Amino acid sequence: MLTFILKRLGLAVLVAITVSFISFSLLFLSGDPAAALAGETASGEDIEAIRRLYGFDRPMLVQYGEWLFSALRGDFGESYYFKLPVASLIADRLQVTMLLGLCGILFALLTAVPLGVAAAIRPNSIIDRLALFLSVAGQAMPSFWFGLILIVVLAIQLGWLPPSGASTWRHFVMPTIVLGYYAMPAIMRLTRAGMLDVLESDFIRTARAKGAGETRVLFKHALRNAIIPVVSLAAVQMGFMLGGSIVVESVFALHGAGFLAWESIARNDLPTVQALILVFSMFYIIFTFLADVLNAWLDPRMRSA
Amino acid sequence: MTTPLLSVKNLNLTIPTGSGTLHAVRGIDFDLHRGETLSIVGESGSGKSLTSLALMGLLGKSIARSADEMRFDGIDLLAANRRVMRDLRGNRIAMIFQEPMTSLNPAYTIGDQLTETLLLHRKVSKSVARARAVELLEKVGITAAESRLSQYPHQLSGGLRQRVMIALALMCEPDLLIADEPTTALDVTIQAQILRLLVDLTREMNMAMILITHDLGVVARVADKVAVMYAGELVETGPAQEVFATPSHPYTRGLLRCIPQPGKTERGAPLGTIPGVVPSLIGEVSGCVFRTRCPHARAECRAEIPQYGTPSHGFRCVYDDGALSEEGEFA
Ligand SMILES: Nc1ncnc2c1ncn2[C@@H]1O[C@H](COP(=O)(O)OP(=O)(O)OP(=O)(O)O)[C@@H](O)[C@H]1O
Ligand code: SF4
Ligand SMILES: [Mg+2]
Repeated sequence: MLTFILKRLGLAVLVAITVSFISFSLLFLSGDPAAALAGETASGEDIEAIRRLYGFDRPMLVQYGEWLFSALRGDFGESYYFKLPVASLIADRLQVTMLLGLCGILFALLTAVPLGVAAAIRPNSIIDRLALFLSVAGQAMPSFWFGLILIVVLAIQLGWLPPSGASTWRHFVMPTIVLGYYAMPAIMRLTRAGMLDVLESDFIRTARAKGAGETRVLFKHALRNAIIPVVSLAAVQMGFMLGGSIVVESVFALHGAGFLAWESIARNDLPTVQALILVFSMFYIIFTFLADVLNAWLDPRMRSA
Repeated sequence: MTTPLLSVKNLNLTIPTGSGTLHAVRGIDFDLHRGETLSIVGESGSGKSLTSLALMGLLGKSIARSADEMRFDGIDLLAANRRVMRDLRGNRIAMIFQEPMTSLNPAYTIGDQLTETLLLHRKVSKSVARARAVELLEKVGITAAESRLSQYPHQLSGGLRQRVMIALALMCEPDLLIADEPTTALDVTIQAQILRLLVDLTREMNMAMILITHDLGVVARVADKVAVMYAGELVETGPAQEVFATPSHPYTRGLLRCIPQPGKTERGAPLGTIPGVVPSLIGEVSGCVFRTRCPHARAECRAEIPQYGTPSHGFRCVYDDGALSEEGEFA
């Protein structure tokens, strides 16, 4: 198990370095950064001056090394647009996004897994149909539309929840539901299919032949095996949610990292874009790694992989 | 005579299929006493596994079970609720499944899976359960038993998994052990060894055993009683020695012809086979099911077939013994 973890960790670090290099090179792929900084009216000499001032004239690898080293210390430079340190800008916005992402994935898992299990225990029953309906509806309905419906019903008509903002936990209820519901159908269907499959297997019959009760058969013997692919899927969705949802953040006026990404791309704010890409990728890498470790714990066959 | 440990009368199993009802098992009767080994033989698909799963109450949801009687040590298995069945399974009735490669849970260690059975049924500590698991693993011939407890199924070969399954079935010293082809995954020398072991253990623990196998050689060596199954029916049942000495049903004779006999069969000679195909069991099944392959079949074989022979050695065929000559039987 320990060698497995170390191997996966090594792999994660390699991927992280590659990703960091790619996100750094974006600066150069998107045109001349000195020209962008200098503005449209600048003369050739001004651009040259800026190039030297910011060190864009040095070899790329040197610049990458410098950038990476600062990034590791949490220094991502200064935002061209906000004129603030990128690190504090992102840290500020990430709080909202991370809270929302965590709540969203928890909501998705806590609805999808029990529903998937219940649907698999009794295929074609009422509960199975309900699960199918919820999952089809979840996939067909655009998030912004679902969000607006919730605002109209829960906030405006019933007045139960605030329509927008991020100051109290009540502000997060509707965004959590919208974001979580977006991830729910895939998790639900994977859980249901996995359970159906596992419940047919010979070792489940063995568990019953031992005299194990139905709850033990379902949760100790079946779910443990059926949940393995769900863990990987949830990790990817988690990484996705931590990247922030521009739609959900806009509908509920939660200014999180997703919104920041949109703003900084629109404003050509390269240091911020670069840092965001790096941070989002790191989330993916970290969650994939954690999912691998969790899966190896769940499924001993993976430990030797 | 003492009351049997297990008594089954007129067991029928039906499975709904797209093209009608499959009468997979029909009219099964047998009794089994403590310490006895009953061997069920018959070709693939004859309903041996279904019959044993019916005893365990582990049939799939779609399969319907009916019987006049199914009694285990005074307990009416037909009326038993889930609680009662759960207390019996793994505890007083245990089963070794035909599929050793897939019958262990890949997510748990051998030790967890072995001790689980004992912990479910007995108020014992984990360490007592582990000691019992080690003892049984050693008994079924697994070396370094202690260290196997922390291994996972995928780390064991098929033969070892089969032995683990046997140990698992024995954890609670069941009164009845159902062994469904317990040696299929093993090579020939180990097969003999494991069978010997099962027989010794049944003696030692005074267990009754239902041993399902294709291998008549095995039956001849270990069974007290034989039940020959064909297309869902028991065509002949009786004490093993009698059935082997005077097989009365044409199918039994055909089967016996299929095993090479030392001295009689020439080396390299092809094994005997029974020509013909098994009839479909979908829809009403009437008359003798073997008539599509029987060399003696005649008009009466389409009607209801009476049971002949003695109460202990019975068979279902229109020819009551003697009238049947071996001539013309399967070449
Ligand atoms: N769930 C099911 N659905 C449909 N048919 C089934 C089902 N289970 C068993 N059968 C059929 O019932 C018959 C008896 O099956 P069973 O497994 O009892 O045979 P068997 O005698 O154990 O054969 P083998 O020696 O190959 O193990 C077979 O024809 C099989 O196809
Ligand atoms: S009843 Fe007829 S068909 Fe059936 S085994 Fe006897 S002789 Fe053959
Ligand atoms: Mg079978």
